Amino acid sequence: MSSPAPPIDANVIASLDPIRLAGARCAECGTTTFPAQADCPRCARRTMNRIELPAEGVLWTWTTQTFQPKAPYAAPSTGFEPFPVGYVDLGDVIVEARLEADPEALRVGTRMRLVPLTLLVDGGQPVIGYAFAPATGGSA
Amino acid sequence: MNHGAVAIAGIGMTPFGRHSPDYSGRDMGVDAARAALADAGLSWQDIDYAVGGSNVSGKPDTTVSSLGLTGIPFVNVRNGCATGTVALTTAAQAIRSGEAETVLVLGFDKHPRGAFGARPADYGHGDWYGQSGLMVTTQFFAMKARRYLDAHGLPDEVLGEVAAKAFRCGAANPDAWRRTEFTPDEIMAARVINPPLTQYMLCSPAEGAAAVVLTSADRAADLTDRPVTLAAATMRTRRFGSFEVFASWLPPGADASPTVDAARATFAKAGVTPRDVDVAQLQDTDAGAEIIHMAETGLCEHGQQRELLDAGATSPEGTLPINTDGGCLANGEPVGASGLRQVHEVVRQLRGTAGTRQIAGEPRVGFTHVYGAPGIAACTIITR
Ligand SMILES: [Zn+2]
Repeated sequence: MSSPAPPIDANVIASLDPIRLAGARCAECGTTTFPAQADCPRCARRTMNRIELPAEGVLWTWTTQTFQPKAPYAAPSTGFEPFPVGYVDLGDVIVEARLEADPEALRVGTRMRLVPLTLLVDGGQPVIGYAFAPATGGSA
Repeated sequence: MNHGAVAIAGIGMTPFGRHSPDYSGRDMGVDAARAALADAGLSWQDIDYAVGGSNVSGKPDTTVSSLGLTGIPFVNVRNGCATGTVALTTAAQAIRSGEAETVLVLGFDKHPRGAFGARPADYGHGDWYGQSGLMVTTQFFAMKARRYLDAHGLPDEVLGEVAAKAFRCGAANPDAWRRTEFTPDEIMAARVINPPLTQYMLCSPAEGAAAVVLTSADRAADLTDRPVTLAAATMRTRRFGSFEVFASWLPPGADASPTVDAARATFAKAGVTPRDVDVAQLQDTDAGAEIIHMAETGLCEHGQQRELLDAGATSPEGTLPINTDGGCLANGEPVGASGLRQVHEVVRQLRGTAGTRQIAGEPRVGFTHVYGAPGIAACTIITR
């Protein structure tokens, strides 16, 4: 059995096996948000339905976080290591994400795939967050 | 000046940067207010309305206990990096409405050292956003710059050129915080904060205050025979599809910007075009922001920035001088005061009193632009 670490937030993670992100789509105008939310930011109606977002997309922009962010971020017990972050275009929505990748290999348009990412919250408790990693062959 | 026009009768500011721990933001505000009143040849008793802005250093209307308890209306504004210009916009509306005739506009802040911090809940996020390591403003500046440069075929080197120009202007400005020049190569090779941005491409939180006295055109005629006019001042918030700080998602094709909306409305109200601008101050929280805002304000086309920089057009001696006092990069950013620093610099350039950084000719049209979280922009057109 794998670790029983819980998802970081039920409005962010729709399922853990396989990992999928939760979003919401407006029944009126089709706007897709991440994470799931109740109000449509485009047409201002409360007609959002919860959906699972696609697990693959292409890199839209990125950078590297070279210094430790302030709380509520908590560094791993082994100490802070720089990590890349970016936005990944999933088609109907572009989502912000940690990236599990060699930053030197990243380009706008790089094909990326959703992966689980263990994070620490208050007092070092592990939770399952998400990241995107370069997609290596195979299909979704 | 037409009826309902607004004049800039006085300007004042404290130097931006680091001051002694017991010199509070509020006290800087009082000093800037007194400097602006003196510049206008007015006293606090002449002021019939005031608007002040601060983000972290208390309520600006507390300054009346030092300036004088005259009972006038005093509106407090808190709009991030746009605060100073939103205060100015509010003050101009009070004059245009006939509610006020002689208005003090004030902005100050005293930020602690280090990057601006923010809490997820304050921006509508759950803790997950911060726990994931995404709640960092400089990440956003870097990702917006990365996307913009790639989308418009601009090399990363333009970032080094913008920052080098800022420090060159700062070195020529006795009131600037950063007065050491760096070459573009030195800036590109400096410590990387969030690539493509290095340490010299990001402005630092700072301390300082700036103030402006506005009057009706009639009142201005009594004070000077050649007033500087606030031709238009406008603020806008973001529309759907704008790429802003702390956004966990964007819609496909996101290309809206509050800067585009605010700039267009300001030019339209003033009846001038971007081509008429002789000197501009643009929000340069980071070097990429200046590049992006050059085009979003309409001062150039997207992608044209490289040829303008290569030609030196945006230097004080160029055809389109931008951030002639060194901008946020050389002055740092006391958030509440920053927009009024821009106005201060434009007024000095239009009066011809900008010292060694005075631009050539007789500039007649100035433009200012501020932009900040969570997606707001404010612009002014100032003429003489
Ligand atoms: Zn909708």
